[in-house]
Amino acid sequence: MSQSFEEISAQLKKRHRRSARMKWMTMGALILSAAFLVVFISDMVVRGWPAFQQAQLQVEVSYDEQSQKLPLAAVDEDVRPLISRGFFRSLPREMENNPELMGTTQTRWVIADSRVDQFLKGNEDRLRPADKETLQALVEDGRAALKFNTTFFTTGDSKMPELAGIASAAIGTVMTMLVTMAVCFPIGVMTAVYLEEFAPDNRLTQLIEININNLAAVPSILFGLLGLAIYISFFGVPRSSPLVGGLTLALMTLPVIIISTRAALRSVPDSIRHAAFGVGCSRWQVVRDHVLPVSLPGILTGSIIGLAQAMGETAPLIIVGMVAFIPDASISITDASTVMPAQIFTWASEPNSAFAEKTAGGILVLLAVLIFLNALAVWLRNKFERRW
Amino acid sequence: MNDTTLQNFQTQQDPPTASKDAARDPYTQAPTPDKGQPVTRNENVEENLSVRVRDLNLWYGDHQALKDISIDIFANTVTALIGPSGCGKSTFLRCLNRMNDLINSVSIKGLVEMDGHDVNARGMDEVALRRRVGMVFQKPNPFPKSIYENVAYAPRMHDMVSRKADQDELVERALRDAGLWNEVKDKLHEPGTSLSGGQQQRLCIARAIAVRPDVILMDEPTSALDPISTATIEDLMDKLKKDFTIVTVTHNMQQAARVADYTAFFHLGEMIEYNATKQMFSNPHTKKAEDYITGRYG
Amino acid sequence: MTTNTVFLLFCAVLLVLGGVAFTLSRAKASRVRATGTAMHAQPDQYAWFAVLATAGPALLVSALGAFALLLMGAEIPTLYLLSASLIIATIGLVMGLSQVRPDFHARRAIEGVIRKLLAAAAMISILTTLGILLSIITEALRFFQMHSFWDFVTGTTWNPGASFLSAAGRGEEGGSAAQFGSIPLFAGTFMITLIAMLVAIPFGLGAAIYMVEFAPMRIRKAAKPVIEVLAGIPTVVYGVFAALTVAPLVVDIAGLFGLDASYSNALAPGLVMGIMIIPFISSLSDDVINSVPNSLREGALALGITKGEMVRNVVVPAAAPGIISASLLAVSRALGETMIVVMAAGMRPNLTANPLEDMTTVTVSIVAALTGDQEFESAQTLSAFALGLVLFVVTLTLNVVSVFMIRRFREKYRVNNL
Repeated sequence: MSQSFEEISAQLKKRHRRSARMKWMTMGALILSAAFLVVFISDMVVRGWPAFQQAQLQVEVSYDEQSQKLPLAAVDEDVRPLISRGFFRSLPREMENNPELMGTTQTRWVIADSRVDQFLKGNEDRLRPADKETLQALVEDGRAALKFNTTFFTTGDSKMPELAGIASAAIGTVMTMLVTMAVCFPIGVMTAVYLEEFAPDNRLTQLIEININNLAAVPSILFGLLGLAIYISFFGVPRSSPLVGGLTLALMTLPVIIISTRAALRSVPDSIRHAAFGVGCSRWQVVRDHVLPVSLPGILTGSIIGLAQAMGETAPLIIVGMVAFIPDASISITDASTVMPAQIFTWASEPNSAFAEKTAGGILVLLAVLIFLNALAVWLRNKFERRW
Repeated sequence: MNDTTLQNFQTQQDPPTASKDAARDPYTQAPTPDKGQPVTRNENVEENLSVRVRDLNLWYGDHQALKDISIDIFANTVTALIGPSGCGKSTFLRCLNRMNDLINSVSIKGLVEMDGHDVNARGMDEVALRRRVGMVFQKPNPFPKSIYENVAYAPRMHDMVSRKADQDELVERALRDAGLWNEVKDKLHEPGTSLSGGQQQRLCIARAIAVRPDVILMDEPTSALDPISTATIEDLMDKLKKDFTIVTVTHNMQQAARVADYTAFFHLGEMIEYNATKQMFSNPHTKKAEDYITGRYG
Repeated sequence: MTTNTVFLLFCAVLLVLGGVAFTLSRAKASRVRATGTAMHAQPDQYAWFAVLATAGPALLVSALGAFALLLMGAEIPTLYLLSASLIIATIGLVMGLSQVRPDFHARRAIEGVIRKLLAAAAMISILTTLGILLSIITEALRFFQMHSFWDFVTGTTWNPGASFLSAAGRGEEGGSAAQFGSIPLFAGTFMITLIAMLVAIPFGLGAAIYMVEFAPMRIRKAAKPVIEVLAGIPTVVYGVFAALTVAPLVVDIAGLFGLDASYSNALAPGLVMGIMIIPFISSLSDDVINSVPNSLREGALALGITKGEMVRNVVVPAAAPGIISASLLAVSRALGETMIVVMAAGMRPNLTANPLEDMTTVTVSIVAALTGDQEFESAQTLSAFALGLVLFVVTLTLNVVSVFMIRRFREKYRVNNL
């Protein structure tokens, strides 16, 4: 009737092999998913790294009457085509601001044209043969070099790749996020507090709950349609402004904050509430003095994750027009503005290949910010997580 | 039970699989001759050894949950493990089919021997062991499949049946043995979870006996059930011992007195007394067991 | 005076009034208390009540006024409105002060207001849904007045380009008329979603099974944050990856097999979208598989079943409703995903079964319709709302079904655990 261990083990060999195969296959799925992250990040780093470098040339700039009128005359004719047009444009203003420069000749590093930049980075060669010779001579003299690209972090968008930067997009992102959080943090927390602590268990409450869960799964682009139809067409909020973008993202982030705040409130054990009721606190006092302080880390964690999500969102902002070309950011929530992901989108659709590295560079900056935010949230959660 | 699986205790003095660490081998430490044997054997009954345990120690991390347990479990008997909660009786039970392997921080030392094999040995396949040592749990846990499929699943995986007719026959026999056939024969394809708690537990017993194990471990099988279902399952245990060796954990002393041939009393991870049930409940040898049985604590 | 100055002045006056209310009523309450009279509330609570009585109605009136001004086009001079609010504030102050009586439940009154505020906040989520529905439906209806619903649903040509001509009253002379047959868009959407699911479900589910059933604690702890990072990458970044890296790769590989692939093929966005959804499926399935009761695993193992058989025959079937629910949510996400397809998929509506050709999707068409220099009234702009309506209905249905399934899954195991 019964078999010996040896017999059973012999029968089991094949089944164990199948079991092991399943283990390896599922492990493979995990490893491949993780490998993708590695491929992805390294691809972005390889593409984006050059964006943090910029070709500069050491040239003699003569500040005189002529170059004030005709900035191109400030440098030698043969290096002229190698220098960024943006430099010449800024020259008259520089001279106005620094009158003591007048009549002098300075040897200084100036930003090179993007063709030079791309050539020095070994990407593509669109220089004329004569210019290339000049450039090679400069390189041999050590007067042309790739230096750290501060322009990328200090300027806004530009049609000249060598002058394009993410500063105005970053400012736009900050303004938009301020609007978003100012709207959705209080409303989200209040909603969650109401649903968890005050709401009677009736049809309306259930409707609100179902509604919030559904709202969390509505495609983000539909929030863009809402923003366009209600905020812009109906209320007349200025298009492309951080105000409309922020309000749109606020509605999108609201369910994230509500759901995580509710989870945080729910994790506070009832014994704490009962203890507070027991010493004569009213419901509001219980919430304000006992429940909210204890659940604050959880609420903050959820809000940071919501913030990170909103910060990376692009689709609804395209619909409300936040993909504008913004060379100079203005610190006002009603002026046209752009945000970092939208800037990345704009650069990605530029035909000039010099913008490809800007795209990847922008992605690296954005990812760095988002990973920092997520890490902060994880750290907060681990530090303050309490098991009751 | 055939002869290869159950050997007489006397022929087992030399274990075939000796522990590598000779100094810790329970046998080189010259145990008392009848260590692990019940204090009083049941008279006039010929009993074969099924499982032999010697100096079993178990730690959860740093916490020692079992201390030097030695016990002989005889074939075709019901052995009850009693003791206050947290005394290690369930933990001990789960050593017999290595269910403790599923917990990460467990470490085990000592011998659990069955059919001449140390079940904790490196070469022992725990899946093969569990096929011979079945288990019924505290809460009924039927698979979310039909009643038929609950019983037929494991025999099919074990290639015990090849034809559909054989399978039907096997399912019917297991359900009959578990005393459930008459209640479910008309609804074999309804989900197992649709049964009542007591029926679910008998379904789990049918599931366990369908693979024809040697030993069935029962971990408080009636604690989640009503008194009538409990009585049914107690009767069942009595019938099943004809074909199987049953080790049951119970926190209900009356149950032990009703169903068990032998009773082991555990306290704080130690086995205090192991005795024929009749003896244990009428005249225990140790003070602690007496106190527990008379209700001083526990 | 500019609006800004008026507004600032208003705020300042209101703030001062509030401060006055607070100090006066607290002083009064303290005085009453000092006489030894038992009061229903603390002086601070009376003070806060007075502040509420001062600021609340005034703010409400000014907000209503502003609303009427903006929306109804009512002609109320701002100065009048603000002065009216300030007068109301003063009245509120006096009322609040007079309520500082021992028998007045100031705390209860404040908490009533707080409770109403919280409930009002909770209503905003309902308003949002209503807003989405209303904005989409009204605009979609306007679209269907211009173009037949039937053509929209059954037409196989999407060519909105000519619609601005008819909007300008020159529809007759513009040559080919605009056509709004949405089938090619949905075909493209489903093709890309299908590719995404073929990637995401096996990998996401496999990773989840490994993490729950096989992985040692160490690996589980290390892998979870990695997957969370994957989930936090913005879609625009995936879009760049799809357009710049994966699409050329697909073209090269197809070339090796002698196949001709478009640079905006459907395969690249599909694959990348699948990768994007892996963490989504994996973390949802992880939760679901984790909540399959351990007693089922033990029950299977105790029968001498191997771990792999246990996972395949017991755990996965038990978790199936939850896994299906997760997959439905993932489908809904893929349908509504915008940036990847906008950047990597084509713009040409194309009814084909070949994923190497370029195809466009519903979301791409919405973006295309709304980013041109169109006026809001044109059929092309409005078509975006019609597409949005369909998208909303489809995703909502998927979400509801998924919620329903996951609820049944949870109930089943609550019952089974006795």
